[in-house]
Amino acid sequence: MTETPAQQPEQGKDAADAFLAGGTSLRNAPGPYFGQYGGRWMPESLIAALDELEATFNDARNDPEFVAQVQELNRNYSGRPSLLTEAKRFSEHAGGVRIFLKREDLNHTGSHKINNVLGQALLARRMGKTRLIAETGAGQHGVASATAAALFGMECVVYMGEEDTRRQALNVARMELLGATVIPVTAGSRTLKDAINEALRDWVANVENTHYLLGTAAGAHPFPAMVRYFHEVIGEEAREQALAQTGRLPDAVCACIGGGSNAIGIFHGFLDDPSVELYGFEAGGEGVDTPRHAATITLGRPGVLHGARSYLMQDEDGQTIESHSISAGLDYPGVGPEHSHLSDIGRVKYEPVTDTEAMDAFRLLCRTEGIIPAIESSHALAGALRLAKRKVEAGAVPEETIIIANLSGRGDKDVATAAEWFNLLPEDSPEAEIGSEGEQL
Amino acid sequence: MSSTDIISKSAAAIERARAEGRPALVCYLPAGFPDVQTTIDAAVAMAENGADIIEVGIPYSDPVMDGSVIQAATVQALADGFRVSQVFDVVRGITERCDAAVLVMTYWNPVMRLGVDEFARRLAEAGGAGLITPDLIPDEAAEWFEASDRYGLDRVFLVAPSSTPERMKATVEASRGFVYCVSVMGVTGARDQVSSAAESVVAAAHAAGAERACVGLGVSTAEHVREIGSYADGVIVGTALVAALRDGGVEAVGRLAAELSGRAKAGA
Repeated sequence: MTETPAQQPEQGKDAADAFLAGGTSLRNAPGPYFGQYGGRWMPESLIAALDELEATFNDARNDPEFVAQVQELNRNYSGRPSLLTEAKRFSEHAGGVRIFLKREDLNHTGSHKINNVLGQALLARRMGKTRLIAETGAGQHGVASATAAALFGMECVVYMGEEDTRRQALNVARMELLGATVIPVTAGSRTLKDAINEALRDWVANVENTHYLLGTAAGAHPFPAMVRYFHEVIGEEAREQALAQTGRLPDAVCACIGGGSNAIGIFHGFLDDPSVELYGFEAGGEGVDTPRHAATITLGRPGVLHGARSYLMQDEDGQTIESHSISAGLDYPGVGPEHSHLSDIGRVKYEPVTDTEAMDAFRLLCRTEGIIPAIESSHALAGALRLAKRKVEAGAVPEETIIIANLSGRGDKDVATAAEWFNLLPEDSPEAEIGSEGEQL
Repeated sequence: MSSTDIISKSAAAIERARAEGRPALVCYLPAGFPDVQTTIDAAVAMAENGADIIEVGIPYSDPVMDGSVIQAATVQALADGFRVSQVFDVVRGITERCDAAVLVMTYWNPVMRLGVDEFARRLAEAGGAGLITPDLIPDEAAEWFEASDRYGLDRVFLVAPSSTPERMKATVEASRGFVYCVSVMGVTGARDQVSSAAESVVAAAHAAGAERACVGLGVSTAEHVREIGSYADGVIVGTALVAALRDGGVEAVGRLAAELSGRAKAGA
């Protein structure tokens, strides 16, 4: 499996043809491979734990009692189903195209992350493991993991880049309030990818009693398929809600992509509906013509990182390149392997959205709908606006065009960053200083 | 060449040690720390002081199996501009000056990025013995099987205390040269005691048909080497040598290698 981009369209063409011929369900993607991506590029020491997790997961998903447990938690703890809200005033800025928001921001802890952590915590308990470890960038997945650990009475250790623990002091406090221990990571570049490295080192040493609660649909098998499974509820609900509210399927579904968990969750509900276009919006940072971005699929090339083969931001030597995004949740140089495959076969289109475009959409949603979105999700909103305008220009009838954007999280955590971005803070205020460093309250 | 014609350089080195009635000593250093020439000089010093196999690590941005000492060294090498292609200069520099077998220890992405076949060809041309691959399991190694057979290189896979008998057997069969027995569930780094798991991993590897099983991770003293040497075919030392190079330069590395190989009294 050398890098042979020339082969990809060929392989992709076969898969896409099979899909169009109706011969394959793209929803049937159990791993370990998604086309040429995925797999297990992991130390042998961890293979037994991955095997155990895979067996436990396969057993659990076929166990009606487990499925009922997940559903009960989703309903009575997280607050599912999350709403599908038509954003009418926002839509006026999209050439009149009807934009609907899948409201994952209304879940307990404020984002889609809760779906995955509850599911994995249940699996950890099923395996008899008493300790959860997790990585976090901005702190959202760390907070969700600490929440699940508190709910299940488990020990929780969260690895977080040292810089981030300083900039995200309030999220560190949230995790500690929930009973978790936060360990600042001083290794390597001290970012999210190094937090994952450190969590993996912990896991190797403590795998007997510890489950690594990976926060995105990436990593070694079974993580991509398993994390997706717990998020598929997003797409399944959205599809039903769209049919109920509009009487038909949407024309397009948009989501933001970092590792890609919220996106793969909502996409899966529509993968086998050929009429529904799917769009993933990556973090274009300061622009894909600059070095400061996190547009992994747009500009990366296949490689292995954190256990899976997938698109990767890497230099000529195969060293991982630092990513950049105003959104910490998208600031990751890798991407889940299923997205790489869906990109190659053309089923999902991936495009970059810059910091500026995302922040414009952020403010627009605040002012037209009274909803403060996460900056991550604002990339999906900006993408939806772009797509709507493109469709209208191409001759679509606006009021008959429907786009769903996945509002993966709420933006309370991003208020300081946004206030700094829009110059809402007095220059000498402590908040301005925090905001200039990327604090996300 | 067909795989049956391949004469494994690292197997030959281990067998020479066995003929002398001792376990083979495998010594690790990362390439480019503190610079390429020093890596070569230190490796030659290790060979002159009793190392049978030299393991040269490629500094990598995401070394998940390494502890803090090796991480610090490789981070510095990368910060100082180390390029992957320089590893071939290091291997050539060592093999030109001594008879030790030289294996490269690398995470897989740099190999994939250069191209597995290209990497193997250049390693063989430089006189390298093969690769130790901490994050490549045989299940994902089809391309490496092909390239290592084509260029006559050893493929050293890892086995761990957590390896099932089935995986142990498959990994032993996939390996050429020796199998790398991870002594403990953890990452690289000096430890006071060698885990008792090491002996059972070696026994399992031998039972699975391994002719040569070497133990690494946490091995740092001459006493460890003697203890492990009583049941394993070779002993792998890394972190302690990196710390010696960091603190005392090439001379300190040579002195520690002499201690580890039993050519000098400990503390002499």
